[in-house]
Amino acid sequence: MNKASDQQKSGAQIKEKTVQQSLLNGPPQVINLGLASFADELTKQGTVVVHVDWSPPARGDVELANLLSKLNE
Amino acid sequence: MSKIVNRVCAGLFLDSVILMQISRSITRLDGVEDAALMIGTPSNLDLLDNAKLLARASRKATGGDLILAVRARDETAAASALAKAEILLERPTVGHTGTTTLRPRTLRSAQDILPAANLALISVPGDFAAAEARKALRAGLNVMLFSDNVSLSEEVSLKREAVAAGLLVMGPDCGTAIIGGVPLAFANQIPQGAIGIIGASGTGIQEVSSLIAQAGYGVSHALGVGGRDLSDPVGGISTLAALAMLEADSATRHIVLISKPPSQSVAKRVIDTLAHSEKPCTVCFLGADAPSLPDNVSFARTLKAAAELATGRSSKNKRPEFKSVIPPVPPGRQRIHGLFCGGTLSSEAQVVFLDQGVSVASNAPIPGAEAVGSGTSHVLIDLGSDEYTRGRPHPMIDPTVRDEELTKALADPTIAVILLDVVIGFGAHPDPAGTIVQVVAAAGTERPIVVASVTGTDDDPQDRRTQVAKLVDGGIVVAPTNADAAKLALSCLVRDD
Repeated sequence: MNKASDQQKSGAQIKEKTVQQSLLNGPPQVINLGLASFADELTKQGTVVVHVDWSPPARGDVELANLLSKLNE
Repeated sequence: MSKIVNRVCAGLFLDSVILMQISRSITRLDGVEDAALMIGTPSNLDLLDNAKLLARASRKATGGDLILAVRARDETAAASALAKAEILLERPTVGHTGTTTLRPRTLRSAQDILPAANLALISVPGDFAAAEARKALRAGLNVMLFSDNVSLSEEVSLKREAVAAGLLVMGPDCGTAIIGGVPLAFANQIPQGAIGIIGASGTGIQEVSSLIAQAGYGVSHALGVGGRDLSDPVGGISTLAALAMLEADSATRHIVLISKPPSQSVAKRVIDTLAHSEKPCTVCFLGADAPSLPDNVSFARTLKAAAELATGRSSKNKRPEFKSVIPPVPPGRQRIHGLFCGGTLSSEAQVVFLDQGVSVASNAPIPGAEAVGSGTSHVLIDLGSDEYTRGRPHPMIDPTVRDEELTKALADPTIAVILLDVVIGFGAHPDPAGTIVQVVAAAGTERPIVVASVTGTDDDPQDRRTQVAKLVDGGIVVAPTNADAAKLALSCLVRDD
């Protein structure tokens, strides 16, 4: 097989991977958790963003928060 | 004897930027030696303890508690500082979150408001970041994980879960991304174009995308992957996923990959993947020697070279005549001292030194450079590294750390040239050049030469032209790129005029 056709086939192989393409199909629509200033900057630019009024879950128990995130489906 | 006083407020949470602003206000009060406001996660308790700010009774605090910690010269000063902190905490933090009248308290309820959401931008404290990222992935969202202090095992676990779900995790410690023309977190205003960037480095993405914009070209997307992505344990999971995304993206016609030197096996895997790409690619592994590459892949030693290869335009002919603007080196001074906000910009400067055959030391040395304290005279410091930013704001947001180091360097009679990066853009300090000029002016005329470059664009909130003009007016020599600034600093020492 020559190099050109080899590359053509391989390019197709990359495209077949299962990565979701919707992220790059337009401006992102964002849910912001944490620094409110990031949401403010995005809003100023006209990006659709919802800021979560976040506080530590599981009453601040790090281990429990991690465990709960693994249980959540 | 100093007095440590803490107050623990159960169930109170404010984001870290607001807490650091209040901490700074309190630290400036008369009689206060140090102060910090932090939630009581295990890692923050350690930070407070190491800073001699933690009272014994506060060790029982949890991540659900806010600790107000003050160390002052006496009890009166400490009590006064705590009272002031409480007043500042009660002040409404308006201006924020005016994004919607609804204020969801969980990711799930935010998704109910915005069902078309496709990205979670997560900057919660590191101890909770992996949990929130996992929730986001399971809700079908791509993740930009700005938070740091996420363990390596959690990073691998999250990235594997993302790939299995056809999603992307950018990070942890991912400071910069541009998606569909939208700058996220610390990014610059870059025109849309045909060059796609994948970066295991925030300031690396910022420098390359800004140079592309300055050359009149644009960026399709810039995807951060986190500084450890190309290490053996992570195996380049997000880099390979991002490559597949850009390969499939019709707007992207050239792919640039930026990273510190990756592990050999991961580099091979990435290069093998690039060999299968139908697009031309540029690889910049800062500090690594050029690996064997397929025909469609070029290697760039510097960020500047990466931007030039991607645009096909060399800036060689546009370089100004530096000698005409450089003052002579004051007698007896021989050292170059670099103070960088961007770790990758420090790495790029080290590459320039080593390529010119000049030994250099750094607190974040690239292959071939020495560690600080090795006796090497030229030193380039990454002020964004943990030793400078633990419990303190990053110098790109708040220049206090660099101001302190710059003041010391300006007074050092052995330093000939101080080398600086000035990083602007969204999220960065509103006027970094103005701050530098103030500090330099306070040093008087008997000082080292100061050389800088400005990473950013004329469309950024700070406006690159304005920042450059301020620096020049303040007697600072400004080079067109970070690599040029490093070269210029070296040329100051070898001039014969």
